[in-house]
Amino acid sequence: MITAERKPLDEILALVGDKKKVLVAGCDTCVAICLTGGEKEAEILAAELRIKAEQDGREVEIEHTAAIRQCEWEYLDMIADKVEQADVVLSMACGIGIQSLAEKFAPRLVMPAVNTNMLGMPQEHAVWLERCVACGECRIGLTGGICPVVRCSKSLMNGPCGGSHDGLCEVTGPEKEEIECAWALIWERLKAQGREELMFADRPPKDWSKSSSGGPRKMVREEAKPV
Amino acid sequence: MTATDYKAGSNLEKILSAGKFAVTGECGPPKSADGSVIETKAKILKGFVDAVNITDNQTAVVRVCSMASGLQAQQNGLEAIMQMTCRDRNRLAMQADILGASVLGIKNILCLTGDHLSFGNHPQAKGVHDLDAINLIKMYKDMRDEKKFQCGEEMDVAPQLYIGCAENPFGDPFELRALRLKKKIEAGADFMQTQCIFNIPKFKEWMKEVRALGLHKEIKILAGITPLKGVGGARYMQKFVPGMDVPQEIVDRMAGIEKGPASHAEGKKLAVEMIKELAEVEGVAGVHIMAVEWEEAVPEIVETAGLLPRPAVA
Repeated sequence: MITAERKPLDEILALVGDKKKVLVAGCDTCVAICLTGGEKEAEILAAELRIKAEQDGREVEIEHTAAIRQCEWEYLDMIADKVEQADVVLSMACGIGIQSLAEKFAPRLVMPAVNTNMLGMPQEHAVWLERCVACGECRIGLTGGICPVVRCSKSLMNGPCGGSHDGLCEVTGPEKEEIECAWALIWERLKAQGREELMFADRPPKDWSKSSSGGPRKMVREEAKPV
Repeated sequence: MTATDYKAGSNLEKILSAGKFAVTGECGPPKSADGSVIETKAKILKGFVDAVNITDNQTAVVRVCSMASGLQAQQNGLEAIMQMTCRDRNRLAMQADILGASVLGIKNILCLTGDHLSFGNHPQAKGVHDLDAINLIKMYKDMRDEKKFQCGEEMDVAPQLYIGCAENPFGDPFELRALRLKKKIEAGADFMQTQCIFNIPKFKEWMKEVRALGLHKEIKILAGITPLKGVGGARYMQKFVPGMDVPQEIVDRMAGIEKGPASHAEGKKLAVEMIKELAEVEGVAGVHIMAVEWEEAVPEIVETAGLLPRPAVA
């Protein structure tokens, strides 16, 4: 799923500026599951903004709402009334939802209240790990179901670099926590599968034109179009 | 060998091809537009090493680029081994730079992945990693041997390159390390320099695997040596440098010596002992002396190790 983290309150306040009618719009899909931008979190942010406005002696009207999915036109229709009354909408959806909202109600001001950070999975309660970068050319069939593009800090295609030690990457995470070496994991998985020879298969350079390097991507499913 | 048999005809290639024990050194370019640094270092090393690695933004810190510094070294009579990392350039830049380096007379190239950006002075930069080091070796080999760009298009004049790679016998998983060298040979590497060796038993264990696969006959292996100035450096490398394996006995040996001229002398003595021991290992074709910001130590080490005069191969 797509994960996001809320921006610091000061940054959100700067985006709101002197606008008087503020709508905090949550999204009840991915960002709700990662406890960042669902209806509940929208309600909390609205309350924080109200308290802050009161402390600062500013008169601001702050409301909150949530769409089932901000990234689909029909769900945006369901929150249209509230959006149209606001001077500024603080979207708590991922970057897709924020842009859908901004496009649907253009030129109304829509501001991001979160930073979308990854395509991740919940490893345990309240911990998410990045698992995909949507590179458009999936090779994990050759790497034991473990993606080296996103899980190797250097996106190596042909095995571990010299910094791999005790199953760990030479890089540590932003909180200085240990990161597993993707290639050590891949090697163990391939051994368990009895497919060690794949470690030494020729892995040509990746075709990054299928990723964002090729420009904004578009997917059309002709067979799924209405007749 | 005649001139036409060589891949690039560099001094390093000639010495290794003739079966002579090679000595390479290392020069880090400066962190400013100071043109005197490489000149000074080159003058120190000239005559004591067969070629010198010119590092490419080592430890992900911005410096004068390896092509300019490599050219400067060569203008001062010292053959360059230009390092090239995949961290800072995509495949267009890496091909353009090797064509440029070739036009300027640089013949030895060392293909590296590069230290991660998080270790350097611009951790917020976007890491490129379009190719990895193995893809890079193959790309340069195809440019040289097939006259082809990575995209498959042909070129009129191919760059003449002696292609190097690095390998770390002390990285994990250990069982993959010799096999990874094999993959680099298959991609097209002609010579290889190892990470700094302090744990000689482990290096020998790795070489045993290398020989079992016959790899020492397919690639020229240069064993990496870093002379220690004192116990501080030993401890630092033991704890903080990724991929380094510094045994406690080395740290203890340096710890027993007073910091200064005495510890410098001990560090050089240790380097000489290690060179002599590594030179006896079957399959080791030379040493790569990485005296980081201590180039002045190299002449004495090379001389004491009995590696002078450096051979001249026509």
